[in-house]
Amino acid sequence: MRVRVDADKCQGHNRCYALAPELFDVDDYGQAVVIGDGEVPPDLEEKARLAVANCPEYAISLDETKD
Amino acid sequence: MTETIHDGYGTPTGIYGPVDDWATDLDHADPGYNPRAPEIWTELREAGCPIAHSDRYGGMWAPLTAELVREVAYDTERFTSHSVVVSTSRIETPRGIGGAPPITSDPPFHGLARRLLLPPFAPKQIEPWEPEVRKLCRQRLDDMGEITPGETVVDAAEQYAQHIPVNVIARMLGLPVEDDDRFRGFVHDALEGVNRSPEERKQGFERMEQYLDEHIERHRVEPRDDLISYLLDVELDGQKLSHEHVRGSIVLLLIAGIDTTWSAIGSSIWHLATHADDRRRLAIEPELIPTAIEELLRAYAPVTMARMVAKDNDFHGCPMKEREWVLLPFPAANRDPELFEQADEVVLDRAENRHAAFGLGIHRCLGSNLARLEVRVAVEEFIGRFPEFELAGDVRWSVGQIRGPRELPVRIL
Repeated sequence: MRVRVDADKCQGHNRCYALAPELFDVDDYGQAVVIGDGEVPPDLEEKARLAVANCPEYAISLDETKD
Repeated sequence: MTETIHDGYGTPTGIYGPVDDWATDLDHADPGYNPRAPEIWTELREAGCPIAHSDRYGGMWAPLTAELVREVAYDTERFTSHSVVVSTSRIETPRGIGGAPPITSDPPFHGLARRLLLPPFAPKQIEPWEPEVRKLCRQRLDDMGEITPGETVVDAAEQYAQHIPVNVIARMLGLPVEDDDRFRGFVHDALEGVNRSPEERKQGFERMEQYLDEHIERHRVEPRDDLISYLLDVELDGQKLSHEHVRGSIVLLLIAGIDTTWSAIGSSIWHLATHADDRRRLAIEPELIPTAIEELLRAYAPVTMARMVAKDNDFHGCPMKEREWVLLPFPAANRDPELFEQADEVVLDRAENRHAAFGLGIHRCLGSNLARLEVRVAVEEFIGRFPEFELAGDVRWSVGQIRGPRELPVRIL
């Protein structure tokens, strides 16, 4: 599973960083960025889903296909 | 209803009479609106009226569903941010820039003006304020004096909530904290006095501008490490900002940063005063507080924004005319049953909460990180000091686009 942030949709609400700081970071402008390649370890899958479900701009998506 | 409505500042307010039908004569500045706004939105939606209208203020529309609010917020072509506070007066300021950039700006200028202000309000810049906010909250609680459980009544809005955001934003800007009464007066004139005569509104703005001009000048002579000096120093396209831009941005930060957060803190305490189960649950499960704060922000989102129709258009069957107002009631969107289960109930542990308390799209509240910090710490400290309290009298709600308690008597138990 991988998380993605659509930089055009992200408006810096900061929900993903607050809910899953292991998966997301924020830049100097408060815009969300995925940490590393966005790969989600199994124990963080729930947090990844929460980040998706709490983004007011629908800017976060999950790619559930296996590599 | 009495003929003249007094607003607590000793001045009569309002050029319009009472509302008789919310679907066709909606007035968010009618004193009957804010106390029961959630019921009004539900009644209108259930009556098949997803967009209310009013002839007041020169024409005003109010979409009431999450989908419609989102559509307006995202459509910066049809709906301009030139004026974001519905009032009796149309302020003439440069198109695309407006009087208080970036909130009154449209693309492309908006992006440039906003980018200047994003860094000081980014999460990692705001986090270090937590100890200061906490200290401030504790000071206000100490100042309440001796508390006799079961007897002492405090006003959680006047004695507590209203002091926290004004103090922080004044310090960030570099304005004297002791002028806080004056700042609340400015905010009151700008946001609550919207249905006064245009002349009265103009005088209110002039008072504020005069005060700010004086402080901007002092910062010019003697720069300091604060946001006013930052705005005077920063460049946009290789040029310093105009005086109007600097002052407009200060107006924005001052006005947007005060009674919005004060309202969110007050509404949260009001909810906890009237819902003992929720209050006790937070005391037992403090780790739930961040999630609970999001839910309180959803249910009691304080801010309704506004747009102006940029050009005549048909919006879902509504013939919108250029320069009419469009209210953007994010609080109504947050209670839309299409988007939220049990939309009118506070579910403290609501895990999936795609609320829009801080707006949607390019104008997302610049101060949202600060506001969240202030609301969370203020609630933590209040319930930490007073685990048990109850409502002790009538609540007076604000008037206008910012919704929250202005008088909130609670008895400490």
